[in-house]
Amino acid sequence: MMIPFNPADLIAIQPELVLLGATCAILLIDLFIKPTQRDITHWLSIATLALTAWFVWGGAPEAAQGVTAFNGMFLHDGISVVLKQFTLLTSGLSLFYARNYMRERSLLVGELYLLVLFATLGMMLLVSAGSLITVYLGLELLALSSYALVAMNRDSAASAEAAIKYFVLGALASGLLLYGMSMIYGATGTLDLAAITGKFGQVEHPGWLAFGLVFLVCGIAFKMGAAPFHMWLPDVYHGAPTAVTVFIGSAPKIAAFGLAYRLLEGGLGPLSGQWTLMLAILAVASLAVGNVLAIAQSNLKRMLAYSTISHVGFMLLGFVGGTAQGFTAAMFYIISYTMTATVAFGMIALLARKGFECEEIDDFKGLNQRSPWYAAMMGIAMFSLAGVPPLFGFFAKLLVLKAAIDAGFLWLAIVAIVFAIIGIYYYLRVVKVMYFDAAAEDSALPLPSDVALRWVISINGLALIVLGLAWGPLFDWCNRAFGI
Amino acid sequence: MDQWPLLSILIWLPIVGAILVLALGRDARVARWLSLITTLATLFASLPLYLNYNAVAGGMQFIESHAWINALKANYALGVDGIAVALIVLTTFTSVLVIIGSWGPIQKRVSQYMAAMLVLEGMLIGIFAATDALLFYVFFEAMLIPMFIIIGIWGGPRRVYATLKFFIYTFLGSIFMLIALIYLHMKTGEFSLAAFATAPLGTTEQAWIFFAFLAGFAIKVPMWPVHTWLPDAHVEAPTGGSVILAAIMLKVGGYGFIRFSLPITPDASQEYAWVVIAMSLVAVVYIGYVALVQDDMKKLIAYSSVAHMAFVTLGLFISLALVRNYANADAARLGIQGAMVQMISHGFVSGAMFSCIGVLYDRLHSRMIKDYGGVLNVMPWFGALFIFFSMANCGLPGTSGFVGEFMVILASFQSNPWIALIAAFTLIIGAAYTLWLVKRVIFGEVTNPKVAKFEDLNAREWIVLGSFAAAVLALGVYPKPLTDLMDSSVLQIVNALMLSKA
Repeated sequence: MMIPFNPADLIAIQPELVLLGATCAILLIDLFIKPTQRDITHWLSIATLALTAWFVWGGAPEAAQGVTAFNGMFLHDGISVVLKQFTLLTSGLSLFYARNYMRERSLLVGELYLLVLFATLGMMLLVSAGSLITVYLGLELLALSSYALVAMNRDSAASAEAAIKYFVLGALASGLLLYGMSMIYGATGTLDLAAITGKFGQVEHPGWLAFGLVFLVCGIAFKMGAAPFHMWLPDVYHGAPTAVTVFIGSAPKIAAFGLAYRLLEGGLGPLSGQWTLMLAILAVASLAVGNVLAIAQSNLKRMLAYSTISHVGFMLLGFVGGTAQGFTAAMFYIISYTMTATVAFGMIALLARKGFECEEIDDFKGLNQRSPWYAAMMGIAMFSLAGVPPLFGFFAKLLVLKAAIDAGFLWLAIVAIVFAIIGIYYYLRVVKVMYFDAAAEDSALPLPSDVALRWVISINGLALIVLGLAWGPLFDWCNRAFGI
Repeated sequence: MDQWPLLSILIWLPIVGAILVLALGRDARVARWLSLITTLATLFASLPLYLNYNAVAGGMQFIESHAWINALKANYALGVDGIAVALIVLTTFTSVLVIIGSWGPIQKRVSQYMAAMLVLEGMLIGIFAATDALLFYVFFEAMLIPMFIIIGIWGGPRRVYATLKFFIYTFLGSIFMLIALIYLHMKTGEFSLAAFATAPLGTTEQAWIFFAFLAGFAIKVPMWPVHTWLPDAHVEAPTGGSVILAAIMLKVGGYGFIRFSLPITPDASQEYAWVVIAMSLVAVVYIGYVALVQDDMKKLIAYSSVAHMAFVTLGLFISLALVRNYANADAARLGIQGAMVQMISHGFVSGAMFSCIGVLYDRLHSRMIKDYGGVLNVMPWFGALFIFFSMANCGLPGTSGFVGEFMVILASFQSNPWIALIAAFTLIIGAAYTLWLVKRVIFGEVTNPKVAKFEDLNAREWIVLGSFAAAVLALGVYPKPLTDLMDSSVLQIVNALMLSKA
């Protein structure tokens, strides 16, 4: 059978083509520059991400119509535009936060940029996926790049351990996903997500679908880091160089939302009666595990890792209704979380020095005396993660709680807030350390000389206030993406 | 010219001032003066609010409404009735005195302290002015951040414990309220308080919502048995923090009952009024006895705050019983009026008492009663003012403390004389713990040689305590302007209480 090629399809994947082309070009350019000129790679990568974002923006009017390309393999719709923009934004932010950190550790190699760019390409593909094949392609491109990123610091045993763990468990998760996909393919005879939905009534063995669904949910939970599939997350966040943690802690979460949405709602929407309940259980488990275990951590990166788990739980509250309003809330939540997490992880990277990782909570002691501005930025991030108004994180929580209550899951909303109150404690502890404790005497840290880094993290922090006071436009944008 | 957006100015002026103080306040003197100017400007800006508020007409005035989040129909909606005007003026008045009072005692990171105070002022005004539930909630929660910082940085030795307890405790209560608000939003499709108040709600729904609100506001007031954060927070907070906490933040709880519980869940409020009344009576008697045995001055006043604020909740909920069971709207009005007067009066009196303790603390760096004694001998003026405020604290006629308590007891009497009797216990217990405090601190011989070296009030302390004294006296002798200001608004609340929503 000839599969017709429609040249117009290339327009839909323009941003991906630009990113791929530019990444290949950077790959070549990086070969020919001296290590001292790594800034060229840095700025070229940032420019690439910006250019890609510009192309995504250019395709937005067309996407609003909901275009499919390559026989339904690739979806070019409003949801993908929003997710891509924030993926590109957070990837760019993590590159800004990474440069100084990696240079001080002689880790600033071209591979960092290339892997981040390829991972970004994978995420873009993933959030646009219209078929099981494209889902898997995007996911693996993201995952393989991430494994390598975690292992960037070859000489660190912790880093290597984290990478191995990430790889093994990630491979397991991919296996689960693939197995689930094969079941669904077996039941429906198609890989196309829209076609899978369409065939629901006439499936010969509906049991296979449910069977496949369980594996898909497990795989998705692995990739998101939802409890009880969260084991890899604290170790990986902790073991990876902080600059890499910034990246893997932010943008891939957006992609994970896309993965869950495309597979569950896009492909298995008619089964929502079953997967909403599964996700509700995952949400409760994640909220409990994340919030309770985070209290016990003394390492800030680990604490934030557990906090990530709890935030995934919160995000899942948006899914339990299986409604467009709920998905909007979940998307808003994940955007808010990544914007905040970049500040929190970025601040660790910013304050770290050669030979001093600044990743223990106690390393932040007395930060307010040394640098009131950065203490305020970190404080904003913490209060936003805790969900205190008027910060961005509060409104995200408001929306997912509302989604859960609207869907009739009042008990789930109450469970969520009970754990949120427990969670408040560990965020406040960071604020306490920064503001109420005296600085250790030998910690007179100079601030990094990287001016761009300082500006970007400040803007990122202030954005949490601005988006808290005026979150309407972003919310409207998310609503439009889901056609509300 | 159109009317000025006065309420927005009142909210944002202190916040803009706070940003300026942070930006320019490297020099402590600049920070102090800038904050003083900001609070004075806010105070003057709040005067037109009082002068131009049409108390006869009542209802919401100075209304501002701008779309905030269209998708949720949440608005940046502001408006004040007589009750809110009184509380806003109380806030702007107290804030000026807090800034003046912090002039000397705060020497560490002055600009941050002043900025936190200014932000807090803006948030508190926002709470009293918001007519949109989401906006209210945002201010209601956001004010925890500056207070958390104030207690945590400038507080006493156990400040970290106290401030974490304060934050988590109050957050715990209010987040249940958030669930109730979301539920109400689901019912009505908007966040406006007026819509919430008119939405029909079944009795079960009302009960759940009532208890969610109760969790939020009872902790803020605070009512027995959820008051335990208050003594800790008060003891550890710097003087300015204690004054704001006692004078204004506690009022937020009482105000919340008036704005949320009574109009939105009148039937559940009636059904469970006995819970609140019982809790209030326990607070009056039991907490009074607890106050009696304190050996820390700040703790004593903190417990006395709990006992006094119980009159607010008592007055509010006794009025429900009066309206519904006895159809006695006049007594109900008296109860709510009394609760309101008690709120304002307690704002002045407790603010003054904590300022007095601050004056002593600055001289000896101790809050223990046993370290003092015979202060009157070395500080006659201070002693006189302290005694005056103590009299107001025990509700002596002629001071503001008397008016509110008297009105509430009078209203209670018409509902159930036994309730009035128990409530009237406060006159004895309150006098006991306050006068005993006076006896041990102010009177007697000077036993501590350090006390002998005390100097009397300086000019700044004079301004603070003098202003408080003038307010207490004015309100005690002639409360009519205040009651007139609130009368029609109270009447509207009482009228609304008569209608069942189920």
